[in-house]
Amino acid sequence: MIKHEQIETNAGLLIALTMIVISIGGLVEIVPLFFIEDTIEKVEGVRPYTPLELRGRDIYQREGCYLCHSQMIRPFRDEMLRYGHYSLAAESQYDHPFQWGSKRTGPDLGRVGGKYSNEWHVAHLLGPRDVVPGSIMPNYPWLLENDLPYSDIQDRLRALRTAGVPYSANQEEYEANVERFGEEVAGQLDILNAEENLVGQALNGNYDGNRGRITEMDAIVAYLQVLGTMVDFGQYDQGYFVEFR
Amino acid sequence: MAHSSVATPQEYNYEIIRKFSIMALVWGLLGMSAGLYAALQLAYPFLNFDIPEITFGRLRPVHTTLVIFGFGGSALFATSYYVLQRTCQTRLYSDTLASITFWGWQSVIFLGAISYMLGYTQSKEYAEFEWPLDIAITVVWVCYFWLYTQTLRRRSQPHIYVANWFYLAFILATAILHIFNNIAIPVGLFSMKSYSAYSGVQDAMVQWWYGHNAVGFFLTAAFLGMMYYFVPKQAGRPVYSYRLSIVHFWSLSFLYMWVGAHHLHWTALPDWTSTLAATFSIMLLLPSWGGMINGIMTLSGAWHKLRTDPIMLFLIAALSFYGMSTFEGPLMSLKSVNALSHYTDWTIGHVHSGALGWVALISFGSFYHMIPRLYDTRLYSTRLVYVHFFLATIGILLYITAMWVSGIGQGLMLRAFDDFGNLAYTFMETVTFMHVPYVVRAIGGAFFLSGVIIMAYNIFMTIRQAKAEQAATEAKIAAKMARA
Repeated sequence: MIKHEQIETNAGLLIALTMIVISIGGLVEIVPLFFIEDTIEKVEGVRPYTPLELRGRDIYQREGCYLCHSQMIRPFRDEMLRYGHYSLAAESQYDHPFQWGSKRTGPDLGRVGGKYSNEWHVAHLLGPRDVVPGSIMPNYPWLLENDLPYSDIQDRLRALRTAGVPYSANQEEYEANVERFGEEVAGQLDILNAEENLVGQALNGNYDGNRGRITEMDAIVAYLQVLGTMVDFGQYDQGYFVEFR
Repeated sequence: MAHSSVATPQEYNYEIIRKFSIMALVWGLLGMSAGLYAALQLAYPFLNFDIPEITFGRLRPVHTTLVIFGFGGSALFATSYYVLQRTCQTRLYSDTLASITFWGWQSVIFLGAISYMLGYTQSKEYAEFEWPLDIAITVVWVCYFWLYTQTLRRRSQPHIYVANWFYLAFILATAILHIFNNIAIPVGLFSMKSYSAYSGVQDAMVQWWYGHNAVGFFLTAAFLGMMYYFVPKQAGRPVYSYRLSIVHFWSLSFLYMWVGAHHLHWTALPDWTSTLAATFSIMLLLPSWGGMINGIMTLSGAWHKLRTDPIMLFLIAALSFYGMSTFEGPLMSLKSVNALSHYTDWTIGHVHSGALGWVALISFGSFYHMIPRLYDTRLYSTRLVYVHFFLATIGILLYITAMWVSGIGQGLMLRAFDDFGNLAYTFMETVTFMHVPYVVRAIGGAFFLSGVIIMAYNIFMTIRQAKAEQAATEAKIAAKMARA
């Protein structure tokens, strides 16, 4: 048995032992999450974001929305009634970084997609108190004023591809995506067509109610409208997802 | 390894400590002002003024970064260099490295705050710095580690004093946490934007492993290092128990790293991980309270100092808040409690009872002890230290009480059902309910901030007084020389 005196008179030993002691917890809790298969539920429908949705997500991060809004519905009755089915790990598997949040100064947004019209979102982001009296959310008028910068959209998709998101950079990857997500989605995930796809979705969707321009509002509303809508929960038995918890 | 020559105070590098101490106060003032303003925005949203740079979502990381890394970080650099030199009785190994840590750290904090206001953020809490700043932090940290260990090697004492163990653990853990949580893919060499290398559930786990250990090692272990030096010094008594400090150090270092996942109870993180984290959170109560007892009992036999020494009041109140929040923490990590407390202001209150009550108060006490010694003088006013103490304590109590009301209130309202099984309240009704606690919280913050303003004045006058004294001494010597 070594005496503590030996440790506290030897800086190298003190450092080495401290390193061992502080490494164990993280290793045991984090590493298995990358390898245990059941960590992420097997479920259909979850796909990477389209270029426009991704730019919306970037703006969501930029404005710090995650500081007041969570995107993680917990398996409680009140949350189910308020927000819908509890969130799955699979639903954020392409989120780099995750946006689960830690605080609900405003409501959860994990399944806000499709609950309100585009017009409502635009009005709400411009002046939250116009549509929700008593809200304490800031106004975001600049989202409608700023043109959406998208010249580096390919670089963004490439960075995410490096991080493991299946955006396709060549024919082979594109075909794999067709098999996995279907032709329509695979087209949206093609890096070479990113700019075209972004412009097309913004003009077709006309999320900001302003057909002539592509604004930051187009992007963020497109993002909000897809949140939590990818999985069709009608397809699964009530107990199915419990196995993965 | 041990040198025979013993350094005297004149040979220590005090200049670097003075710089870090002053910047700690500057960042403290700025960061707490940002916090107060953000608190007011939640009570009165018109204060966002439709200016992107100061909306709540961008200002909140400015607040957390300035107080944690600006104020807390600078206070740790300052006190660690002081404690290291005094307990090893040797001068810092390199003045250049010390300067690099100073200018590097200050630039990162400054640029970080500006970049958040401009919208550049990784959106990982307390790790919002974008990738170029993350690399700069890593460089500063390597310099810090090298300077620390090289100075340690030149110590003239065989034993490494316990405070240094804690500072070392803090330096090592912060390095590991910072590197692994910030691995990201930049969009381009000339783009500030990056995407985290991890996604979804794994990213969440890495982030909260980082997030809670930023609390565990940055805001706890390191400040315990401060405690282990300044409490015995100010009390004029040895640490209560040597054996307890050994148990305290190793168990705290081991257990803290397991508990981060209690931030992810009931989420899509697998149950096994969060259950493990909750278990270790409960165990963590023991070393936390062991450390608190070791600190407070150091005063045994000198309790009368609490009546006469306001610096002792700061140190002991800090330890009491430490005990309180390390009890509240394990309580909140229980899954059933967490179901209510998570996502609410209870968490915000808990963080601030630790941050204001423990971190800030122990730093203030240590500064009041250290700064006059750095300038070879006495504090300008002891009375103002008392005023500061009471403003700070009242501020903290208002703050955390308001957050208990707001957090527990909102939690209960959100899970309430009426007789027909429908939700009893809309989300909006809880927001309306939180208005009054938000106003009270801002008042608490204003109390706390005004205390810091008084401290800054007191320190400013102390330094001025020191300079005047020095000038007078020099004049006297010059006069003597002239006569001779």
